[in-house]
Amino acid sequence: MLIHLSSPHIHSGDSIRATMFAVILALIPAGIISVYLFGWLAVFLILLCMFGCMLTEFIALKWMGRSTAPVMDGSAALTGLLLALTLPASIPWWMALLGSVFAIGLGKQVYGGLGYNPFNPALSARIILLVSFPLQMTTWLIPMHLGMSAIDLYDFASAWQLFTLGASSLPHALDAITMASPLGHVKTEWSQGIGVSEALRAYDYSYLDAFIGRETGSLGETSALALLIGGIYLLARHTITWHIPFSFIATVAVLAAIASMIDPNHYTPPLFHMLAGGLILCAFFMATDPVSSPVTPVGQIVFGIGCGVITWCIRTWGGYPEGAMFAVVLMNCAVPLIDHYCRPTVYGKRGSES
Amino acid sequence: MIKSLLNKLGFASAPFAGGITPDMCKWTENAAIEDCPLPPLFIVPIKQHIGQACSPLVQVGDLVLRGQKIAKSEGYLSVPIHAPTSGKVIKIEEHAIPHPSGMGLTSIFIEPDGKDERDTSLAGLDNWQTLDPAELRERVRLCGIAGLGGAAFPTFIKLLKDKRNPIETIILNGIECEPFLTNDHRLMVENSAEIVHGLQIIMHMVDAKKAIIAIEDNKLDAINAMQQALSSIGNDTISVASLPTRYPQGSEKQLIESLTGKQVPIGKLPMHAGVLCQNIATVKAINDAIMLGYAITDRIITVSGDAVPKPTNMRVRLGTPMRFIYAQRGLENFDGIQILHGGPMMGERMRHPDIPVVKSSTGLLAITDARIKPAHQVEDPCIRCGHCSEVCPISLVPNLLADHCRNDQLEKAADYDLFDCIECGACSYVCPSHIPLVHYFRYGKGQTAQVRREQSFAEVSRLRSEGRDARLQREKDEKAAKRRKVRDTLRSESVLNPDNDAKAKTSPTTKDKE
Repeated sequence: MLIHLSSPHIHSGDSIRATMFAVILALIPAGIISVYLFGWLAVFLILLCMFGCMLTEFIALKWMGRSTAPVMDGSAALTGLLLALTLPASIPWWMALLGSVFAIGLGKQVYGGLGYNPFNPALSARIILLVSFPLQMTTWLIPMHLGMSAIDLYDFASAWQLFTLGASSLPHALDAITMASPLGHVKTEWSQGIGVSEALRAYDYSYLDAFIGRETGSLGETSALALLIGGIYLLARHTITWHIPFSFIATVAVLAAIASMIDPNHYTPPLFHMLAGGLILCAFFMATDPVSSPVTPVGQIVFGIGCGVITWCIRTWGGYPEGAMFAVVLMNCAVPLIDHYCRPTVYGKRGSES
Repeated sequence: MIKSLLNKLGFASAPFAGGITPDMCKWTENAAIEDCPLPPLFIVPIKQHIGQACSPLVQVGDLVLRGQKIAKSEGYLSVPIHAPTSGKVIKIEEHAIPHPSGMGLTSIFIEPDGKDERDTSLAGLDNWQTLDPAELRERVRLCGIAGLGGAAFPTFIKLLKDKRNPIETIILNGIECEPFLTNDHRLMVENSAEIVHGLQIIMHMVDAKKAIIAIEDNKLDAINAMQQALSSIGNDTISVASLPTRYPQGSEKQLIESLTGKQVPIGKLPMHAGVLCQNIATVKAINDAIMLGYAITDRIITVSGDAVPKPTNMRVRLGTPMRFIYAQRGLENFDGIQILHGGPMMGERMRHPDIPVVKSSTGLLAITDARIKPAHQVEDPCIRCGHCSEVCPISLVPNLLADHCRNDQLEKAADYDLFDCIECGACSYVCPSHIPLVHYFRYGKGQTAQVRREQSFAEVSRLRSEGRDARLQREKDEKAAKRRKVRDTLRSESVLNPDNDAKAKTSPTTKDKE
């Protein structure tokens, strides 16, 4: 049945499903790095979150008496994947599942489903978890490549035990399998009066390792390289534009450069900021979520700059070591206002005013 | 290659804002123009242009010649209608015209006599270079020429030589950015000399100093043909510009931006920027009107689409029914096929093929349901991806604008520049959620017009009712004043003459007695 037959009568063939699966494809390199770092644990968490999100979406749609077709459009699966990539590997399975329910239930369906959520669903779930379970959400496992961990995550059985029963079920002390993240380390050291360069030397920090992703952190945020590969794919495919990632990362870098020039002992250098924490993941995959970001190019640049400023401020002065996700969600609030004031100049308007 | 990569990433600037590059499907670009035979019956609507309808000059039973004026224009914004061939007028009644609503209009039915005799009352004006532009302009009007690019705006109006807005540059629009259509393309290849000659005529008419023939770079043979035609006459005031292929570059304002880098201000016309745009086929028609005295009785139409067995370009007499044209190209059964009048981006869907072609018919497409369906899917929710905003040549924000239209927030829609939309369809084309954005904009424009009509009607009613109230009040006041006056005089009289009242009361009785 043809509903309306108004022109145009041809279409580019783009669809929501194609868009969502392109983003999932772009996250595969980051997923591979997470498996390299955390073994089977990463696989379990990613599958659990994706399944949990799709199941929640199915139940919510059924409950509201709507068509359940959107479950398969890839948006719920993508939310699950993004959520998993922002979680620490040691998180208990039920917390991850709860996060999935929050992401789709409270982050998306209560607003009316796809296209109507004001906040990024994965990030809002991540924030609910962080505020509710601060300890579990800031416990970082020692990655496998360091060879220092007391448990072998490449071994299915021991990974399954850690996943199902939690870290407390293991015979090892928690210290034997966890370590601090670079951002957290610098922050705690500074609170004890130790300067940046000394703290990084003590941590054995390497920019190359941080770029490739050979460090601890949330599942998918460690490797700038893997995320950039995915990001460039999305740029080339025209799923996202350069405006938000560029303005976001550049703002953080500029602020960090200014601050570290003023006091290099207190403020971390720009490259450290760019590679640390979830900045690149948030800039390329979270802040660019089309639903919760501005529509117009100028608005997107304003949005990116806002995200950058808030990220740097939280990292530098806030209570949490990482602020990228808070920044994105806070800027999500401002999107309707940004959209209203950052409209492009309509053809011929410039001329008619002069 | 680097430039196209940069363009893809959104770094390089395009010739005009936004735009898309759809699959062009120019299947008929090498098909030479064929003459369409005369149909058994012509249906000639009395309005084939933007503006006022004409009134018939012929009656049932009259014999007409090809090019004979059969309907005269009423009002300024109008051009006359001519008989497409020689024959007999058999009836004059309402018939469906090319319009998406399927509406009808008074049409003159002509049965050809097969002789195809031409009306020779208009002679060619070989000495046009020495003639007054006003005389040439009247000839263009008399020959019924309206813009053949699809808008069908009466051409003579644009050819006015106006001292306040002198025309510097004439842009000859050979862009043809709509997919499928190749009628202008073939005309440029086959009739380049006439086109250049017609261009020289209009340069003389508006006293333009230079002219640019703008052609997209997917028509290299047309570019070559036009360049050859120019070099053979050795004219250096006319140049050929090859532009990158991009829809909707053929739109007048976008083309001006591509060529000059300047935008036509809102509410102004190209002539205010010293530019006159003309379509290829229109210029050819002007040449024929001036040089041969021919009124417009035919035009080139691309007959294409995946449902047409033998797509081609045809020279078709105006008034030929679409069914007859499709039959020439092997299409007779229209089950599961959609008919489009014009290109796929801006063309209108026809409800049936028993409709005549008119001056605005650039193409006749027949597309199978399977192929057209993806463009008309049930819409998904907007994911605010912003692709519509990127491709809009006017720099609107289509998704927000569509929200306002859908919710009948017409004032907000106007604030979001609804009326600057040119309905090119680029936004609907790229939308991953298949939202028929242009459809919402048409709805919004229609609703706004309706609300304005109702408001002006309400305003008139209010004035009328206020006038009535005022009149009633005035009459009441006048009556009261009169009464007061009478009472006052009576009272003053009764004060002067106390038994006056008694007299008045008694007088009838006295009368009775008498």
